[in-house]
Amino acid sequence: MTVAALEVADLQKTYANGVKALRGVSLAVQPGDFFALLGPNGAGKSTLIGIVSSLVNPSAGAVRIFGHDLARERGTALSLMGLVPQELNFNQFEKPFDIVVNQAGFYGIPRAVARERAEKYLKELQIWDKAQVPSRTLSGGMKRRLMIARAMVHEPRLLILDEPTAGVDIEIRRSMWKFISAINRAGTTVILTTHYLEEAEQLCRNVAIIDKGTIIENTTTKRLIAQLDVETFVLDLAAPMVAAPSVDGVRITRVDDQQIEVEMSRGHDLNSVFATLTQSGIVVTSMRNKANRLEELFVRLVDGAQAPKAGAA
Amino acid sequence: MNFSLQLVALGTILRRELNRILRIWGQTLVPPAITMTLYFVIFGNLVGSRIGQMHGFAYIDYIVPGLIMMSVIQNSYGNIVSSFFGSKFGRYVEEMLVSPMPSWVILTGYVLGALARGLMVGAIVLAISFCFTHIQFHHVWVTLSTFVLSAAVFALAGFINAVYAKKFDDIAIVPTFILTPLTYLGGVFYSVELLPPFWRSVSEANPILYMVNAFRYGLLGISDVSLVTAYAVMIGAIVVLGAISLRLLEKGVGLRS
Repeated sequence: MTVAALEVADLQKTYANGVKALRGVSLAVQPGDFFALLGPNGAGKSTLIGIVSSLVNPSAGAVRIFGHDLARERGTALSLMGLVPQELNFNQFEKPFDIVVNQAGFYGIPRAVARERAEKYLKELQIWDKAQVPSRTLSGGMKRRLMIARAMVHEPRLLILDEPTAGVDIEIRRSMWKFISAINRAGTTVILTTHYLEEAEQLCRNVAIIDKGTIIENTTTKRLIAQLDVETFVLDLAAPMVAAPSVDGVRITRVDDQQIEVEMSRGHDLNSVFATLTQSGIVVTSMRNKANRLEELFVRLVDGAQAPKAGAA
Repeated sequence: MNFSLQLVALGTILRRELNRILRIWGQTLVPPAITMTLYFVIFGNLVGSRIGQMHGFAYIDYIVPGLIMMSVIQNSYGNIVSSFFGSKFGRYVEEMLVSPMPSWVILTGYVLGALARGLMVGAIVLAISFCFTHIQFHHVWVTLSTFVLSAAVFALAGFINAVYAKKFDDIAIVPTFILTPLTYLGGVFYSVELLPPFWRSVSEANPILYMVNAFRYGLLGISDVSLVTAYAVMIGAIVVLGAISLRLLEKGVGLRS
């Protein structure tokens, strides 16, 4: 039987002010997985990651990293894990190269090896040319990539990224996705929290949704997407359209003169839509699936989890 | 994490601390040099020339060990409290907390950094003192061991202060309202034999008195207190403060929520 890369069992956390951030979270992430942990603000994502990375003391429950209990084998467990936190947490007066080399030192990596690895990861993350400037002068995107390089320098088997692309422009975000996907393909287990649900949909094989300190969904991304019974397509038209045609079982909405949205249940064929459009003399120049399908499902799940509680109250 | 890896981690913290001390040398090394030069000029030369001898030594020679010890104590305390609190405030203490380093490595690394700054400042002040006095090392090993033990005591005290501190005010209160008065009342500028019996007894509760006098014995060969008592106080303080510091780190007080 394969040992899970991360296993949390009945994890609970109540802060000193009485806030219950986690109410018995259990979760297993398999080795090599690319796993998304989703949830609204205040759902307990950062608390869960804080406990796993030993920055937050749990109130109850257990954490095992590749089978090593975090409470009893802290050193071994932490040596297998790398963390990219949500907030910037490096010394802004130090240089990126020194920050990465020092982090390697904290894991007992000799300085010569640490310097080689720092160069390797700073180059792979495209910030090598800024390696010797004070880190406070880096742009927001560079600072995030620096934190990824720092988390990778001891070459962990499990990498946890807490909203790594928050506030990063799309070009840099995509280069970060490329890097993270590559290390995942190379065998590193990746756990990602993100607010960009499109990111989770594109990158992650498995997804857990946490809300109010409880896991409300834990499945594969494909299965989660399959739960959507409605799909929406955006069609761009060659010429302005006066009125949207009607098709049985399909809702066609006019967005503007040259764009319509076609909403249909899964399994409904697109041929009847195109046949009707052709009969109406409407020429379609391009079509795409409307983005953020997962977002739609996410909102539905979170709302669904809240509804019974609201009713009970 | 085996012992050799722990030594690499320890060396990393120490190197980072040394880099910090040297990077901001204008804040860490220059101010004590200027302050102590003023002490030597005003209390040693100007005022001291009118005081006469104390225990057979010129007044300026008598106060030099206390002034060096005062610099060592203040700088070892100041180094660790500002460096460790800074790492909490900037959140980069998390770099160490997520690593497999055991607590003793983190604590020892910071204490060694504080000792290094104490040594640098002590050496600077000693070098300046040679411009005003002609003191010699009476007992080199007593001098060195007192320096190391005293700096370690106040490094550990500074570490505990930094662990509990939540804002910058919290790291200024102890040096201003506790450390400085204790230092001035610790026999830096006078012999406790000059005090009335009651105040002498009160002074004997001040740990700095033992450090200053042991250091004075190392340089001049005279002391108001027993050397054995002085070592017992310093070693006892290190054991107690070290145990408290390790316990705080293990529990994550002020570090983990």
